[in-house]
Amino acid sequence: MEKKSEISIVLSGAAGQGIQAVEHILTRVAKDSGFHVFATKEYMSRVRGGNNSTEIRISSQPVKAYVDRIDILVPLNDNAIERLRPRITEETIILGEKKYVENEKNSIGILLEEIAESFGNKIYENSVAIGILAGIINADEDALVNNIKVYFSKKSEEVIKANVNAALKGYEIGKSLDLRFEITPSNEVKKQYLLNGSEAVAKGAIAGGCNFISSYPMSPATTVFTELSRLSKQYGILVDQAEDEIAAANMAIAAWYAGARAMVSTSGGGFALMTEAISLSGMIETPIVVHLGQRPGPATGLPTRTEQGDLNLVLYAGHGDFPRIIYAPGNLCEAYELSAKAFNMADKYQVPVFILTDQYFLDSFYNVDEMPQVKIEPYIVKTDENYKRYTLTEDGISPRGIPGYGNGLVRVDSDEHDEYGHITESAEVRRKMVEKRLKKMEKIIQDAVPPKLFGSENYKYLIVTWGSTQLIVKEALEKLGNKDVAMLHFSQVYPVPPIAESYLKKAQKVIFLEQNATGQFANLIKLTFDGVDTRRRILKYDGFPFSVEQVMEAISKEVE
Amino acid sequence: MGSTNTAFDPKIYDIPDADIAWCPGCGNFGIINELKTALAQLQLDPTQVVLVSGIGQAAKMPQYVRANMFNGLHGRSLPAAVAIKMVNPNLVVIAESGDGCTYGEGGNHFIHTIRKNPDITNIVHDNQIYGLTKGQASPTTARGQVTTLQFDGVIVDPFNPIAVAVALDASFVARSFSGNFQLTVELIKMAIKHKGYALIDILQPCVTFNKVNTYQWYRENTYLLPDSYDPTDRQAAFKIATDTSKLALGVIYMNPNKPVYEEQLAPYQIDKTPVALRGLEL
Repeated sequence: MEKKSEISIVLSGAAGQGIQAVEHILTRVAKDSGFHVFATKEYMSRVRGGNNSTEIRISSQPVKAYVDRIDILVPLNDNAIERLRPRITEETIILGEKKYVENEKNSIGILLEEIAESFGNKIYENSVAIGILAGIINADEDALVNNIKVYFSKKSEEVIKANVNAALKGYEIGKSLDLRFEITPSNEVKKQYLLNGSEAVAKGAIAGGCNFISSYPMSPATTVFTELSRLSKQYGILVDQAEDEIAAANMAIAAWYAGARAMVSTSGGGFALMTEAISLSGMIETPIVVHLGQRPGPATGLPTRTEQGDLNLVLYAGHGDFPRIIYAPGNLCEAYELSAKAFNMADKYQVPVFILTDQYFLDSFYNVDEMPQVKIEPYIVKTDENYKRYTLTEDGISPRGIPGYGNGLVRVDSDEHDEYGHITESAEVRRKMVEKRLKKMEKIIQDAVPPKLFGSENYKYLIVTWGSTQLIVKEALEKLGNKDVAMLHFSQVYPVPPIAESYLKKAQKVIFLEQNATGQFANLIKLTFDGVDTRRRILKYDGFPFSVEQVMEAISKEVE
Repeated sequence: MGSTNTAFDPKIYDIPDADIAWCPGCGNFGIINELKTALAQLQLDPTQVVLVSGIGQAAKMPQYVRANMFNGLHGRSLPAAVAIKMVNPNLVVIAESGDGCTYGEGGNHFIHTIRKNPDITNIVHDNQIYGLTKGQASPTTARGQVTTLQFDGVIVDPFNPIAVAVALDASFVARSFSGNFQLTVELIKMAIKHKGYALIDILQPCVTFNKVNTYQWYRENTYLLPDSYDPTDRQAAFKIATDTSKLALGVIYMNPNKPVYEEQLAPYQIDKTPVALRGLEL
């Protein structure tokens, strides 16, 4: 039997049983061994109990997407198998504590607790399990020992030593199982680091000059808030946990007014409360950057699951007409770059800018190289005595001053206003100001991030995606190997880049793939371009991400 | 604030040709003069002052005062003011709105801004009625008062902002009456100079929609706190605040020992330069 160069391991158990510890250590052991790693988790909306699982893919080749396939399932309790039953095939090996797995067909039962106890305490069983998995993939022994030591570094010498020994015992067992996985290490991967979606957004924001965040905690967007708070001393970031999302959004806008680069991080329900502020941003031409981590609605929906159901919400949020920009990164590199760019564009055009992600994107990670270089482009001007905040200009952009910087006064008004920012009901001024604000759209479109084509230029079938599905569909297309099928991925969904029209019209058949129930982006394309057939839609709205296999199957049906 | 004792001319805060939207006789005229006088006596440069307001007739105040202005949304003057102070603590930030905007639409912000204790001044024009929407009850309208919406009279108890602020241990709580020029000027000056959140609830007649709380009513139903009164005594303050048979004017409560919000934030631990000005050519 040929050895496999890739493995998909799934850990399943109750909240609080240590899945996160196993995931944390094992992925680092694999990366430090020079293996490509991808991991994603799905969890219930509860603090204890229930059933959660984490998928870890380890491979000789880059892996960056969720698959249904499970090579090794590790149940951490006696009911951890049932919920994953549909994904268990004859190939799946179920490996774990003997009493949990002995009734399964293709299982390897190990007395984890007993082995752990031989090192002094049964709580070392997770270290034994980590060791076994590290042995199965033939990971580097030093990488295993180091990562165990780092993880338990705050514990006593004795506990660290026991965990290391337990892991080494497991490592020995894992190797002896000879399960025929052979992952080729790469020195390059060893130098890389692991990053998840939340960190990519937060670090990108910092690279873009973010120095203010006001938010109200809400899954799955809290992690970006947490990351910026963790780094607040290092990067000089003002952090405010606001009393509600209404305050958070109004604060972020006022922070921009005073000279900060501010953002909020929220999810659909929280953003619904912020919509009045989005309209304020449009009127007073004072920016705001919104990170919206989507989860399934309506209302509370599925709080810990994933969806792309809030495009319409951000597209139409806020009363009145005014421009906006919406990004939807498809991979970690794009998340970093676009989060930084969001601040530059917000500053340049004085409009609300959105970064749309989702639970799957924020909670998934893989090994990455250095992030691209980004630059902070400042647009604040020093005011003089004759300064007018809303000077009418050819391109609609009025130089933006801040209070206390220069001799001028900065007066912004949520009422319709004249060039000084003074309240007015003049029909003529109103017309001019509406036109001025909308005029900015012309230049915003010139700065649009073009969609990216994956696959052959000579496609007949074009799969259209946006946001987090990029890497899932990319892998599916690579596995299908059909030269007639390509993917067009949008990391800027609004304004729709005009260049998209030619890509769409070149295809014999355009198929939209979206993680929502109505095809919100397909509808936007229909509104944007005449003559693009948007009827073919692959839609998923059960709260779980698309898998590579599901996408392969769905596309195969469309291209028969 | 300058070292000489010469006050500025209050006229430097005038907006030339301002088209003022207040009714003749409105209490707001008193407050605008009191505010300008206080700013002038403190010798505050208009470029260093930011007036933040929500929506309503009181919230139009910044439209008529030559200083920086952030006229935001209904109820949201406080979150905006807190953020501005966080980003640039060098600025004098004054949040100014009416009783509906501050205590109704913005009630949650009122509570939590007091908890945060940023170094801002909060001037609330309290005319006990909704003016701009034409005469409905506000959170401070008296029980039983007939309005343009409550035809048989208001059937809920009024909100007591002073008692709430004292209960939340606000660092400076005062009440004034727009018709008392000297007192209001002094209280505004004290509030601006106070380090921390400072509330001044200014009783103010609405000559068009509130026929109960008139100039005369306020003169008859208010009294000045005596010099012997100790505003740092919280129990005494709470007693004064909850006694609504007659309304006390002056500094009702003070806690000068509360940490100031923005000073505790991470970026200011080592470097006191306002975040707004970092990286700018000064």
